[in-house]
Amino acid sequence: MTPRSTNSQTPKIRVRGLSKSFGDNQVLRGLDLDVDEGESVVVIGGSGTGKSVLLKCILGILEPDSGSIEVDGEEVVGLRGGDMDRVRRKFGMLFQNAALFDSLPVWENVAFGMIQSEGVARKRARETAAEKLAAVGLRPEVADLFPAELSGGMKKRVGLARAIATEPEIVFFDEPTTGLDPIMGDVINSLIVEIVQKLGATALSITHDMASARKIAHRIAMLYEGRIIWNGATEEIDSTDNAYVQQFVNGRAEGPIEMPVRQA
Amino acid sequence: MALLQIVGRTFLSFLAAVGRLFLFMSLSISHAVRPPFYGRILGRQLLEVGYYSLPVVGLTAIFTGMVLALQSYTGFARFSAESAIPNVVVVSITRELGPVLAGLMVAGRIGAAMAAEIGTMRVTEQIDALTTLATNPYKYLIAPRLWAGLISLPLLVLTADIIGIFGGYLVATYKLDFNAATYLKNTREFLEVMDVVSGLVKAAVFGFLIALMGCYHGFHSKGGAQGVGAATTNAVVSASILILSSNYIITELFFAR
Ligand SMILES: Nc1ncnc2c1ncn2[C@@H]1O[C@H](COP(=O)(O)OP(=O)(O)OP(=O)(O)O)[C@@H](O)[C@H]1O
Ligand SMILES: [Mg+2]
Repeated sequence: MTPRSTNSQTPKIRVRGLSKSFGDNQVLRGLDLDVDEGESVVVIGGSGTGKSVLLKCILGILEPDSGSIEVDGEEVVGLRGGDMDRVRRKFGMLFQNAALFDSLPVWENVAFGMIQSEGVARKRARETAAEKLAAVGLRPEVADLFPAELSGGMKKRVGLARAIATEPEIVFFDEPTTGLDPIMGDVINSLIVEIVQKLGATALSITHDMASARKIAHRIAMLYEGRIIWNGATEEIDSTDNAYVQQFVNGRAEGPIEMPVRQA
Repeated sequence: MALLQIVGRTFLSFLAAVGRLFLFMSLSISHAVRPPFYGRILGRQLLEVGYYSLPVVGLTAIFTGMVLALQSYTGFARFSAESAIPNVVVVSITRELGPVLAGLMVAGRIGAAMAAEIGTMRVTEQIDALTTLATNPYKYLIAPRLWAGLISLPLLVLTADIIGIFGGYLVATYKLDFNAATYLKNTREFLEVMDVVSGLVKAAVFGFLIALMGCYHGFHSKGGAQGVGAATTNAVVSASILILSSNYIITELFFAR
């Protein structure tokens, strides 16, 4: 995405010193990240470095061990019940594995947030759901299928439709294009760009797909060993002299990032 | 020394597990009695727990009633006390066998289904997705199931009582040549309100426990398919044990003096 003019208001999301470990496995180790309002940030980083964990901490699904997370200047770590739900209504999230409710048909999955937390009538919600499904390139017949009857890429698109159905202020996309064919991948990229530009939403995405990152991001941040080790405007990613970023962007096995693979 | 350590550690982890369960239970109850209520889901669960369990519970009840009449006849005929048969059937079915057998059958059916469904939702991040959509999983998933257990089981047991007593009547009149009118008259005489009520109270407790165990083990399942499988087994086993032990306690409360 083309760079946007920087402004100095409070960031939409402000993460400071975020740490999270599972037993002995220290995943996040004092991570700092700012996302401004209307900005689209992409987080890149190796598999298992804690990108999904970062999103879940911000949404309050996982409780951080320490650190602070502010949304619109409000501290959300430690918020519970109704207060946390009020904050969560600002968010939409596409899960890495879609996480569709398999007891509900596709349209109810998409309409879930509208019906349950916004109190929209089922009939109206169904119509809106149909529009959202069309926006992600799914045909109307799909609405009445159950998630088990969908292909992986279709699930991902239904998950995407669910994430944007309530037109949230902030949208998280966990690997939006993985498992899609290149053309559909580009359709989804354009959709994300459109959501950010037209609705003015703030987006935080995770991807391994550099073409997608270049298209949807204003800014790219690289997560390595539990911290953001580099972050800069999308154009800078090719000119940076950061060896970690270079290795990741060019997809080389040799470099400072070592993969724990033993040579046969 | 090592033995003491093992005993101590086991005891402590047992206490921790009980603590977690009580925490889960009080959290679930506090959400179950406060709005929002999800009527649509409660309806579906009532259908699942109550209506679809009818065949299983009905079959269990009719054969139990039949075998009760048959067994007590062979026993009582020795003392020529055959007229006590309707009494045995009525009291055993309403007080004990109706609620306990229906409870155990439903534990196998529903406890397992709840644990498997909620467990799958846990390991496939559906519960996380629910939370993200600002919907409390205790209210949306657990509360309707607890209510369904609490409401359905007494209704099922009432049906089981009727079918069980009818089973006894069938065997007594067709096989053992009892006079139908006398048998029915005796049955009515021996039928005590307190027996039925105690059975229904038991049923409500069992229904709650079955749903609680299904939800608890499902909600806390870890890993993939294996974790869900373990949760399912644990839900059925723990529900069955709780049914049998709470059955004793409730009986003691009602009938011991
Ligand atoms: N609920 C959990 N319990 C225990 N460990 C977890 C849990 N969730 C994540 N982890 C661990 O945290 C680490 C980071 O996981 P995460 O899912 O965030 O990776 P990721 O960066 O999203 O990787 P990928 O690109 O493959 O999706 C992994 O080592 C994983 O084992
Ligand atoms: Mg991930």
